Amino acid sequence: MKRALWILAVLLSHWRRHPMQLATLLVGLISATALWSGVQALNQQARISYDRAASALGGARTATLVGSNGESLPQQIFVELRRAGWPVSPMLEGRIQIGGRSLRLLGVEPLSLPIEASAAPAIGTSGLQGFLSPPGQTLIAPDTLAELKAAAGDTPLTNTGLTLPPLTPQNESVPGLLVVDIGVAQRLLNMPEKISQLLLGQRDLGPRAPLASIAGGETLRLVEPDAETDLERLTDSFHLNLTAFGLLSFLVGLFIVNSAIGLAFEQRRPMLRTLRACGVSALQLNSVLIVELVGLALLAGLIGLVCGYFIAATLLPDVAASLRGLYGAQIPGELTLRPQWWAAGLAISVIGALGAASASLLKAIRLPVLAAAQPYAWQQAQQTALIVQGALALIVFAGGVGCLLLGDSLVAGFAVLAAILLGAALALPAVLGLVLLLSERVARKPLAKWFWADSRMQLSGLSLALMALLLALGVNVGVGTMVQSFSKTFTGWLDGRLAAEVYLNAASDAQAVEIKAWLRDRPEVQAVLPGSRAEAQLGGWPIDLIGFADHATYREQWPLLESSPGAWDLVARGEAALISEQLALRLKLKLGDRVAVPTPQGSWPLEVVAIYADYGNPRGQLGVAIAALVAHFPGIAQTRFGLRVTPAAVPALVTALREKFALDNRSLADQAALKAESRKIFNRTFAVTNALNAFTLGIAGVALLTSLLTLSQSRLPQLAPLWAIGITRRKLAVIELMKTLSVALITALLALPLGLVVAWCLIAVVNVKAFGWRLPFQVFPEQLVQLVGIAMLASLLAALLPILNLLRMQPAQLVKVFADER
Amino acid sequence: MSDSLFRLSRRGFAAGLALLALGRNARAQGFAGLGRDAGEFAKVEPGRALTFPLDHGAHPEFRIEWWYLTANLQDAAGKAYGVQWTLFRQAMRPGEQPEGWANQQIWMAHAALTSADTHRTAERFARGGVGQAGVTATPFRAWIDNWQMQGGEAMAPATLSPLDVAASGADFSYALRLTAERPLVLQGDSGYSKKSERGQASYYYSQPYFAASGSVTLDGKAVEVKGQAWMDREWSSQPLASDQTGWDWFSLHLETGDKVMLFRLRQSDGANYFAGNWIGTDGKSVQLAPDAIAITPTATTQIGQRQLPTAWRIAIAPRRLAIDTTPLNPQSWMGTSFPYWEGPIAIRGSHAGVGYLEMTGY
Repeated sequence: MKRALWILAVLLSHWRRHPMQLATLLVGLISATALWSGVQALNQQARISYDRAASALGGARTATLVGSNGESLPQQIFVELRRAGWPVSPMLEGRIQIGGRSLRLLGVEPLSLPIEASAAPAIGTSGLQGFLSPPGQTLIAPDTLAELKAAAGDTPLTNTGLTLPPLTPQNESVPGLLVVDIGVAQRLLNMPEKISQLLLGQRDLGPRAPLASIAGGETLRLVEPDAETDLERLTDSFHLNLTAFGLLSFLVGLFIVNSAIGLAFEQRRPMLRTLRACGVSALQLNSVLIVELVGLALLAGLIGLVCGYFIAATLLPDVAASLRGLYGAQIPGELTLRPQWWAAGLAISVIGALGAASASLLKAIRLPVLAAAQPYAWQQAQQTALIVQGALALIVFAGGVGCLLLGDSLVAGFAVLAAILLGAALALPAVLGLVLLLSERVARKPLAKWFWADSRMQLSGLSLALMALLLALGVNVGVGTMVQSFSKTFTGWLDGRLAAEVYLNAASDAQAVEIKAWLRDRPEVQAVLPGSRAEAQLGGWPIDLIGFADHATYREQWPLLESSPGAWDLVARGEAALISEQLALRLKLKLGDRVAVPTPQGSWPLEVVAIYADYGNPRGQLGVAIAALVAHFPGIAQTRFGLRVTPAAVPALVTALREKFALDNRSLADQAALKAESRKIFNRTFAVTNALNAFTLGIAGVALLTSLLTLSQSRLPQLAPLWAIGITRRKLAVIELMKTLSVALITALLALPLGLVVAWCLIAVVNVKAFGWRLPFQVFPEQLVQLVGIAMLASLLAALLPILNLLRMQPAQLVKVFADER
Repeated sequence: MSDSLFRLSRRGFAAGLALLALGRNARAQGFAGLGRDAGEFAKVEPGRALTFPLDHGAHPEFRIEWWYLTANLQDAAGKAYGVQWTLFRQAMRPGEQPEGWANQQIWMAHAALTSADTHRTAERFARGGVGQAGVTATPFRAWIDNWQMQGGEAMAPATLSPLDVAASGADFSYALRLTAERPLVLQGDSGYSKKSERGQASYYYSQPYFAASGSVTLDGKAVEVKGQAWMDREWSSQPLASDQTGWDWFSLHLETGDKVMLFRLRQSDGANYFAGNWIGTDGKSVQLAPDAIAITPTATTQIGQRQLPTAWRIAIAPRRLAIDTTPLNPQSWMGTSFPYWEGPIAIRGSHAGVGYLEMTGY
C-alpha cells in the first residue's frame, strides 16, 4: 500500500512539472462531461414534466371511457355507470382564453376521482370544501400564474366574459393547465350536463353490470392507459436531437483527453521505465496508473457536472420555449436534478477517461523494461492503420445507405446521420494522406517535398483532432444549412399566410359589427376578411378549424404544398377542407380522402382538397369556409378579421382604429408586427441547436490545440536536423504553421460536402419524422465560406501556442536532441 | 407519491366532512367538527313531532344526517354474521340545495360484513345533486352507486317495512329483505335526543323490530342467512358539544323481546354523558335516567396503535339488567376514511341476546 502511494507520488510529480498538460486533460474531461450531462439534465427535466403531466389529472396513465365517435357524453351516463358498480369519474376538458392566452381547462369530480389518477393537484390540506363550495378554486401551476401576470386569489375573466374561481397556485400542477370542479368547467365551457370522458379507476368496487346493459353504454369506447404518453412520443425526436449533440460533444471532448493522455504517456515513458527498473511490477504500475486516471476523471467529472448544470440552466428557457412552440409541451422553468444524474455524470467521465486512455494504458502494460529508443516502424504501422480505417469507413457508409433505404423511423434517420459522420471521420486520414501524397509528388524543391512528407508523418498524431474538427464542421454546416433553409422557407411562407395588411380581434361580436360598419366608409380598406376558429378532435388529436372567407387574397397567396383541381371552390361550398401538413402526416391523409369532424351539430364530412405547410404549430389544422364553420359551430366568436389596405394607409388606419375602438396591441396588429413576432418564436426554436453547435466547434478547437501541443513536443527530433542545416527558427515556425493550416484547410474543405449531406439528411429524413415538415433543400455559399473562415481561425489560434514555443526555443534545446540518445 | 398526496386530500375531506373522524386536530370541535356551531343550519328543538313518510327522506336544512342499519344474522349451521349498511349526508353550506354540481351536499356510505374470523368493509363517496347518491321519502329509497336501501310501493311509512338492502365491496356483498310488524320507535324524548347538558341534540328514531333474511357473500361464496336488524335515523346540525371526543353506543336485542339503546359520550375532562331508551315488549320507548346507566369496559383489544374496550359490563339497576357483552370479532375495525369500531356483540348475564357496538374517538 505504502509502495503504491510512493508510485502514485512519483507519477503525479509529472503533472507538477507540466501543469499545462494537466489543464488540457482536465479541460477535455470537463467539457466532455459538461455537455453530455447538461443535455441529459435537459432531457431529464423534460421527461419529469411529461411524466407529471401524464400522471396528473387528465393524464394518459388512467384507463378512460370515451364516446365512440369522440363527441362529448351526457353527464347522466356517469350516474348510470356508477349505479351499475363502475368505478368511473367524470371529466370535462376544453380550452379557454384568458388575456389572449389559450389554456387547457380540466373539470374534475374529486370525490369519485380514482386514487391513481389524482396525483398532482392535491385538492387538499385546505380542504375539499374550498374546492367544491362557491366561489371554488382554480388550481394552477405557479409558472402559469406568473405568465398570466395574476396573483393568487385573482378571479380572471375568460374572453367570453365568464369569471374563473379564485386562482389557487399548486406546485404539483401541470403548467398551462387549469383544474376546476366539473360543474365550474361546464359553466366556463358552456357545456351544461356534458362530460368529455370518464376515468376508469383500477380499484375493484365489486361486481359491475356489463357495459352493454347500461343505458348509453353501447356508445362508449374503452381507451387503455398509455405506457408512453403522447407527449413523450411527440417529443422523442427533439430529445434524440439533443442527445445526439451531447454525444457528439462528448466524443470530441474525449479526443482532447486522448491526446493529452497520449502526450503524458510519451513524456513519462522514461519515468515508467525507471520505476519498472526499480522493481515495480507491471501490474502494480498499471493499477496505480488507473487509480490516478480514475481520480482525475472523478475530479473533472465533478467540475463538469457543475458546468453541465449551468449549461442546462442557461439553455432551459429556450428548450422549454421550443418544446412549447413545437409540441405544446409545458416544461417548468426551474431545473430539478435527481441523484441519478450526478452518478451517471461521474460514471460517464470515468468511462470516457478510461476509454480515451486505453491505447496508452495498453502500451504501458507492454512496456519493455530495457528497451532503448522507441521503435521506428511508425510509417508502416500508419499505413496499416489507414487501410483498416478506410475499410471500416466503407462498411459504415454501406450501413448508412442500408438504413436510408430500409428504415422509416426517426431512429433510422439518425442512424443514417451517424453513419455519414462516423464514416467520414474514419475515412478522413486516408483521404488526407492521399491528398498529401499527391502534393508531395507534385512538389519539386527539397524543402517543399519535406514539407508534404513531414505533414504526412504528422497525420497519425493529428488525425484524431482533425476528425473532431471534421465532425464539428460537418455538423455545423449541416445544421446551419438546415436552419437557413428553414428560415428562408418560413419567411416566404409567412408572406403568403399573412397576406392581409392588418389583423384585428374585436372584444365582442357586437363590437365586430360596429367595426365592420365603420370600415365600410374608409376608402383605403379594400376588403374585410372575416376569420373564425373552432376546436375539435380528430383521430384523438386536438385540431383547430380555421374559417376563412372565399377571397382572391387566399386563392392567390396561400402557399399550398399540393392541391386538387377546383380545391378553392369546393372549400367555399363547405364540402372540403385544406389541411395542415402535420395533420396529413399524422393521420396519413392524402388528397381526396374524407374526414368526419365532430361538431355540436353532428358529424361534418369534409374532403381533403389541399395540404399546406403550417410550421411551428403543435396542433393539427383544417382550413374551411367560414360560413360553413359558423353553421356547424354556432356561438363561436366572430370577432377576428384581416383587412386588405393600401400599404401606405396602414399606420393611419391602425391609429384610427386603436383610438376609436380602444383596441390594444394584442387585438390589433399590422402585418409587420405579426411577422416579427413569428420570426422571434422561430428563432427561439433553433437557439438551442445553435448554442450546442457553437460549443461543439469550440471543443473541436481545443482538441486541435492539445494535439498540436502534443506533437510539438515529440517532433523536436524531426525539426532539429533542419535547424542544424541552417534553416532559421523563424522559418521553421512559418513552415510548421503552414503545415497545420494546410491540413486544417483540407479538412475544412472536406467538411463542406459532408455538411451538405448531413443537411440533406436532416431536412429530408429527420425533420419530416420529427416535426412533420418538409422543406426545400437550399445551399448558402456565404455561410459555407464563413464556416471555413472560422475553422481556419480556430486552427490558427490552436497552432499559435506551439509555434511561439518553437520561436522562443533556446538553440541549446535543439542541440540537446543530438546529445540525447533518443 | 401520488397516492400519499391523494390520501392527504381525502383526509382534508374528512376534516371538512366531519362525520365520524376523530382527527387529532378536530378534537377542539368535538368529533372532528360534529361539535361545530350549527351556524345558519336549522337547529334541533324539543317538541317537534316527527312525521312519516316525510322524515324518512333527507333534511337538507340540517348539517348532517344518517340512515344506519345493523343486523345480527345466522346461517343454517348457526354461524353468526353481522351486517352494517350506513349512508351519511353532510351539507357543506346551509340553504337551498340546487340540482346539479352546485349542490353542496356530500354523501358517504359504509358497508361491512363481519363473522368471527373476518371483517370486511367498503366505503363510497358521492356528490349530491346529480343522481349518484341521494334519499327520497316517497317511495322510500336511499342509494349511493350500486348500494341501496329501498321500500317500493308496498312499504308502510309507519313501520318502514318491507325494505330491500344491498351493498358490495371488492371481497364481499350482501342482499337482505327486512320486514317489521311493529311501528317505529322514537328515541330520547319523543324523538328529541339530547347529547349534552348544554343543548346539543338530534332528532332520532329507530326501527328495532326488523326481521332480516337474505344472503351474504364472502369471497364469492353465498350463504343464506336470517336474523334481526335495527335501523337508526338521526339528523342534526350540531349533535355534539365541542368538548365531547367520542362515544360508545349500544343497540341490544334482548331475548325477552325488549330492545335497549344506550350511549356514553366521553368528554375531554374525563366526565361522561349517559343516555338511553328502554323499549319494552309493548313497544313503548322510555328514557333511562342518566344515573341509572352504568357502562364499564372489561377487556381491551389492540388494533394497530389503538387500545379499544371491546368487552363491557352494562348495568341498568331499575330494570334489573346486569350483563356482559363480548364481540363476535374483536377486530371489527372500520378502516375507512374516518376509522371507528363497529361490530356485532353477544349478551350474557341477567339477560341474553345479541346487539351491535359502535365506538368512536379511540
